Amino acid sequence: MDKNLFDKIKNDIVENQVWKAIFRHGYEDTPRNRVLMVTANVFLHLHPAKVRRHGVRMRFTWCMGGLTFFMYLVTVVTGIYLMFYYRPVAEYAYADMKYLEFDMPFGMLMRNMHRWSAHAMIVFVWLHMFRVFLTGSYKPPREFNWIVGVLLLVLTLLLSFTGYLLPWDQLSIWAVTVGSNMARATPLLGNEGPFADFVGANPIYDARAFLFGGGEIGPHTLLRFYILHCIFIPMVASILMAVHFWRIRRDGFSGPSL
Amino acid sequence: MAEAAKEKKLPIDDKVHTWPHLVRLEFLVALFVMVALTLWSITIDAPLEEPANPTRTPNPSKAPWYFLGLQEMLVYFDPWHAGVVLPSLIIVGLMVIPFIDINPKGNGYYCFKERKYEILTFIFGFHILWVVMIIIGTFFRGPGWNLFWPWQRWDPHKVVALTNVDLPYLLGFRDYWISAVFSLIVIGAYFVITIAGFYWWVLRVKGQEFMERWGMVRFTITAVLVALMLSLPAKMFLRLVFNVKYILVTPWINI
Ligand code: HEM
Repeated sequence: MDKNLFDKIKNDIVENQVWKAIFRHGYEDTPRNRVLMVTANVFLHLHPAKVRRHGVRMRFTWCMGGLTFFMYLVTVVTGIYLMFYYRPVAEYAYADMKYLEFDMPFGMLMRNMHRWSAHAMIVFVWLHMFRVFLTGSYKPPREFNWIVGVLLLVLTLLLSFTGYLLPWDQLSIWAVTVGSNMARATPLLGNEGPFADFVGANPIYDARAFLFGGGEIGPHTLLRFYILHCIFIPMVASILMAVHFWRIRRDGFSGPSL
Repeated sequence: MAEAAKEKKLPIDDKVHTWPHLVRLEFLVALFVMVALTLWSITIDAPLEEPANPTRTPNPSKAPWYFLGLQEMLVYFDPWHAGVVLPSLIIVGLMVIPFIDINPKGNGYYCFKERKYEILTFIFGFHILWVVMIIIGTFFRGPGWNLFWPWQRWDPHKVVALTNVDLPYLLGFRDYWISAVFSLIVIGAYFVITIAGFYWWVLRVKGQEFMERWGMVRFTITAVLVALMLSLPAKMFLRLVFNVKYILVTPWINI
């Protein structure tokens, strides 16, 4: 296209009273403005104003940390949509899933997106850890951020696991039963674990019962997992993510020394 | 680091503005992933089976796929070990990595030669032990947690002979106390040999000077973690080749 024509169209759009009323003045591409775009914006302020060139390359980060965070945001948004229609009560939970799938506008799509982004988050967080390992980015001064990362990895898995129960169908209760049965075998604290007798752990008073809110999986478990899934773990994970991002800014992004 | 680079007035400043260079890339990647995720979600529905029924156990009952590595370990170890001790050790083991790895090289760039063993260990633990176990658990396990090929029909009545025996029994020990003492010796010997072997290997590959810098604490933690990590393939080998069920059998714990 003719460069002049393009400029003329742009001028027509920008140089009039309505546009000026909304945006006041144009964005001038100066170094100062570039820095301000980042430092004056509460969200972009997660970044430093300048980054080293190699750290921007996808080859280096695989974008995996960022995408893990992005997947987390997608699950938060779609999850809130699902929460409007879902009741964590054994009598209703399954019916609400059906209702959501067949009657709610975009219900099925929101459910699918919630599910698949959660799975993607797990894959991405594993790849992110692998990348951080390969670039040796856990070495001083970033040791602590690696630890925060491991905690985030565990929380990511627990988020997915607690959510797995909520549809209250055959798949979910049995998968969660199998997954939680391990707790029953905890040494000392689980009723089938080694040395349980010394502590007095029994089926209704042991590590698994604490997780389930009772001797076996049931309505109390559903409520417990719902609260863990929708409130407790997201809250802890958000705090740790804030720490994670803060430390990346503090320690600077890893890279070969100049 | 950023501050250091600034102070020393390094010859090349390779910094670029976050806006637009990084923000632009983030935006495009997020957009692309969002489109892919939306297409995926339109075409493939999340599963929803029949309502929960605590009285009907499906066969097989599988944990969510990301935990199938743990469930697969249950074949080789009892739940207290495979389900509680080993996962905790995985988490702790990951957390101590920055403290036991004192190699200053390879910080912030890709390289293989400068940290060959670190990378190979990680790939062994993560890709071979964790990912492969998940793949086996997901695609190769059917009813009764028996092995099936992915294309094979799941036959719930498949008969698999239970030929596994305990190691002391296999070797001819029948008395409980003798078996137990023998088992403890085997397990002790396993740790002594792997840890001593690891010590010898570090000395040979890295040298005396490295060992002193590394220190006994770091060495011990690393050696114990390595021995525990190798105990999984070791037990798998004993099971698959010699049909060994347990190495140690006591009224409280079996290993
Ligand atoms: C919810 C999970 C996580 C989120 C949202 C997250 C997010 C991020 C982001 C956005 C970055 C910036 C660089 C990049 O994109 O690669 C980063 C860097 C980093 N992450 Fe994570 N991360 C998570 C989990 C982890 C895990 C599991 C580990 C390690 C076990 C880890 C260790 C690190 C380290 C050490 C850095 C600094 C890398 C460097 O300076 O090169 N993070 N993380």
